[in-house]
Amino acid sequence: MSGAVETSSPRIAEAGHWGKDVRSDVHVIFEARESGGIEISLESRVAPYYGSAILRQAREVLDEIGVKHARVAIHDEGALPFVIAARIEAAARRVGLALGKRSLPEQHPLPAPSPKDRLRRSRLYLPGSEPKYYINAALHGPDAVILDLEDSVHRAEKDAARILVRNTLRAVDFGACERMVRINQLPLGLEDLAEVVGESPDLILIPKVERPEQVTEVDRMIGEIKARNGIIRPIWIMPILESALGIENATTIVTASENVAALTIGLEDYTADLGVVKTTEGRESQYARSRVVNAAHAAGVQAIDSAFGDVADMEALRRWGEASRAAGFEGMGCVHPGQIRVIHEAFAPSAAEVEKAQKVVAAFEEAQSKGLAVVSLGSKMIDPPVVQRALKLVERAKAMGVIS
Amino acid sequence: MSERVELAHNAVGRAVPTMVNGRPQIPFLGVGKYQPRGRKAAPLIYSNKDYPDSGDKRVADLETALRKCGLRDGMVISNHHHLRDGDQVALMALEAAARLGVKDLMWFPSASFPSQKSAIELMEKKVIHHIEGSMNGPLGDYCTQGKMRGMGVLRSHGGRYQAIQDGEVHIDVAVIAAPSADFFGNADGSHGKSACGSLGFALADSTYADRVIVVTDNLVPFPCVPWQIQGNNVDCVVEVESIGDPAKIVSGTTQITRSPDRLRIAELVAQFLRAAGIMKNGFSFQAGAGGIALAFVQYLKQMMKEDGVKARFVRGGSTKFLVELLREGLTDYILDGQTFDLDGVKSMANDARHVATSPFTSYNYHGKGNFASLVDAVVLGATEVDVNFNANVVTHSDGRLLHGIGGWQNCLFSGCSILALPSFRDRIPVIVDEVTTMTGPGEMIDVVVTERGIAINPRRTDLLDAVKGSKLPVRPIHDIQAEVEKICGGKPARPKLGDRPCAVVKWVDGTVLDTVWQVS
Repeated sequence: MSGAVETSSPRIAEAGHWGKDVRSDVHVIFEARESGGIEISLESRVAPYYGSAILRQAREVLDEIGVKHARVAIHDEGALPFVIAARIEAAARRVGLALGKRSLPEQHPLPAPSPKDRLRRSRLYLPGSEPKYYINAALHGPDAVILDLEDSVHRAEKDAARILVRNTLRAVDFGACERMVRINQLPLGLEDLAEVVGESPDLILIPKVERPEQVTEVDRMIGEIKARNGIIRPIWIMPILESALGIENATTIVTASENVAALTIGLEDYTADLGVVKTTEGRESQYARSRVVNAAHAAGVQAIDSAFGDVADMEALRRWGEASRAAGFEGMGCVHPGQIRVIHEAFAPSAAEVEKAQKVVAAFEEAQSKGLAVVSLGSKMIDPPVVQRALKLVERAKAMGVIS
Repeated sequence: MSERVELAHNAVGRAVPTMVNGRPQIPFLGVGKYQPRGRKAAPLIYSNKDYPDSGDKRVADLETALRKCGLRDGMVISNHHHLRDGDQVALMALEAAARLGVKDLMWFPSASFPSQKSAIELMEKKVIHHIEGSMNGPLGDYCTQGKMRGMGVLRSHGGRYQAIQDGEVHIDVAVIAAPSADFFGNADGSHGKSACGSLGFALADSTYADRVIVVTDNLVPFPCVPWQIQGNNVDCVVEVESIGDPAKIVSGTTQITRSPDRLRIAELVAQFLRAAGIMKNGFSFQAGAGGIALAFVQYLKQMMKEDGVKARFVRGGSTKFLVELLREGLTDYILDGQTFDLDGVKSMANDARHVATSPFTSYNYHGKGNFASLVDAVVLGATEVDVNFNANVVTHSDGRLLHGIGGWQNCLFSGCSILALPSFRDRIPVIVDEVTTMTGPGEMIDVVVTERGIAINPRRTDLLDAVKGSKLPVRPIHDIQAEVEKICGGKPARPKLGDRPCAVVKWVDGTVLDTVWQVS
């Protein structure tokens, strides 16, 4: 249970979740007061182990966000410290306090900056209001995690979710994963950027892009926040095309900024826009997906496929992934960790492909060393595009661990 | 329990009572250090002249049977737990005893279950004096709140057999629930509407108790075969409408965990067995019916198929997943101590390769060997493990008694004991500096597998060498502990435990390994 705040600030607000089925979250009832100092009550399933740590942390957070007088009731379900801080801050903001102030958890060292063309076979969706999924997400080995502020977050929870995602980017170890954030549609998405860009996400997904101006607006705001915070590492952009208009404008959207690293498609909304049924074969979206692939490759960026929603049907997922790779996509979304391995297998080149590519590369290298312009393999002459494709395939296969 | 309890420090430094429920105790001396002497206990000598030539030992009801068996104040009454949470016979017997006006019984079940929580009322009414046996849920809370008049005694399945056999516990009257029985008292567990599979936990009760009552809801004409319980040990047979709730005796379907983190743990365990060379032709393993253990079996099965490997035997707790291994020719035998689901029960009833075992054959430490030490690898759970690989399965970190020992301690004698655990639960780290209650000494625990990595006991240099060069995330246990403590925001505070013992944990040889303290 929770509730966001309407216009003029009330004296009491809540944030977070509690209940029998809630894990790793915390619920905070925040009552602003004029005097009397800080009064905190705590109920927690981990009270014997972390009760005093939680009380101490709550006081520190209140101090950092400049709250002097308040009554705070905390109902904890085993939340980790970065979640507790986010929920207290969200509740305080809902009563109109803590404006312009933040309580940031300890910074986990940032991973290496993300190369523009890095491997992006799988991106695991993590709902922006469900902290229990974050801490172990990287253990399942996706190429990226995507902290979602859009469809998986209720309208009334957007404010709290972006604080939680901000703290998550800062405190959670996502290992080798690229750290992505899906913001909301503009203009709400701009408020998301204001909260999260300072924590150096590696990539921002913009939903429902229909015009190139949407990309440039996001790009400009990211640039401003980066400059203000002295961030020099790249923050890439992946527009999501989810409508007929977006698909038609694919080319201008994907070229709207140098920072666009990939282009993707959202099939739920796209098929809804067309008024057709979304099938597991995907014939209804063949044109749109082909256009995304083509526009992306024309701009020299990656084409990434939609997520596959049926988490129980691994064989259908495998077929989808294999067809997707054959069509020119380099990865897709996943909504459950169990999908990651299947997706990685589907996007991996076959042994025969790798072997053939290695032969072509060897022939190319031999020709280079002999100063020959023409590459030949046995009795066959190899065209330059074939060489280029083989070089890329071998490089990718190495990155995927298919060959060493 | 108002008197002062003398404490002694045992070989693992734990303070344990020297006297429990009026009997002197031997503090744990170290694994394999205690030498038992003397002869086994034995029941009285009986004569056929006192039993009907017709073989018909039926009596009208349990009250009559208990009266006939001479149940009196202060006696020991026992039950088995093969009907698990569906059992109705134990309470039926205790309530019949209450109606007879008997007081101060020691209830000695092979395990208790939450559905038996009304035993608390019988303790309040002084019908039961105390319980020696696993206590979980409400009974565990009652015990750790210090409300029980005597001290709880927690034993492994093998330890319970050992205690009966060695005469530490003398059962006056055993009441054995039987899914099938004949009027002579022969009983079988794998047939009938309340079928539960094996009846192995009742073997010691049936052979060592002075008096034995068989209670069945499926009376068959003589002979009831196979007779896992032999009528020659039985005094009375009681027919009742129902011995239990079939839906709770076995689960219709046992569920594999769907948690991605737990699946990862299960897969790492299977990968470990493969990488360490334990998974090879003719090997054996045991895994329980928990979500991680079931998933482990599925991953291992896939690897066995890929590598063309067959097991000689697997140890149950059987489930449909073990039954599938048997049917698909991936194991020659299931040696089954208890049967968790319908597929397991049917398989035991119909397949001669699915063999019912007892704690005597598989777990008893005071014998001429047992099967547990022949098993190549076993996958177990725990509530806590410490940096010295000591583990706790009975209490939560706050000291509350939550689980029985089951076969856990006995299984530690396998070639490779593996604890498969999430590294933290609800912010509470599972790897601690020192376990709350020592249930298994670290020298017996070889590997701890968590979602964040695999810790191998430094004593097992052979295992460390065997997986060197593999892609497995093998890490020192301190590393995993430190990572989890960082995630959880520091070391957890240690809850303050009381200074009054309310139960003891026995080691497999009957010595006292640790104390469960009253929770304030």
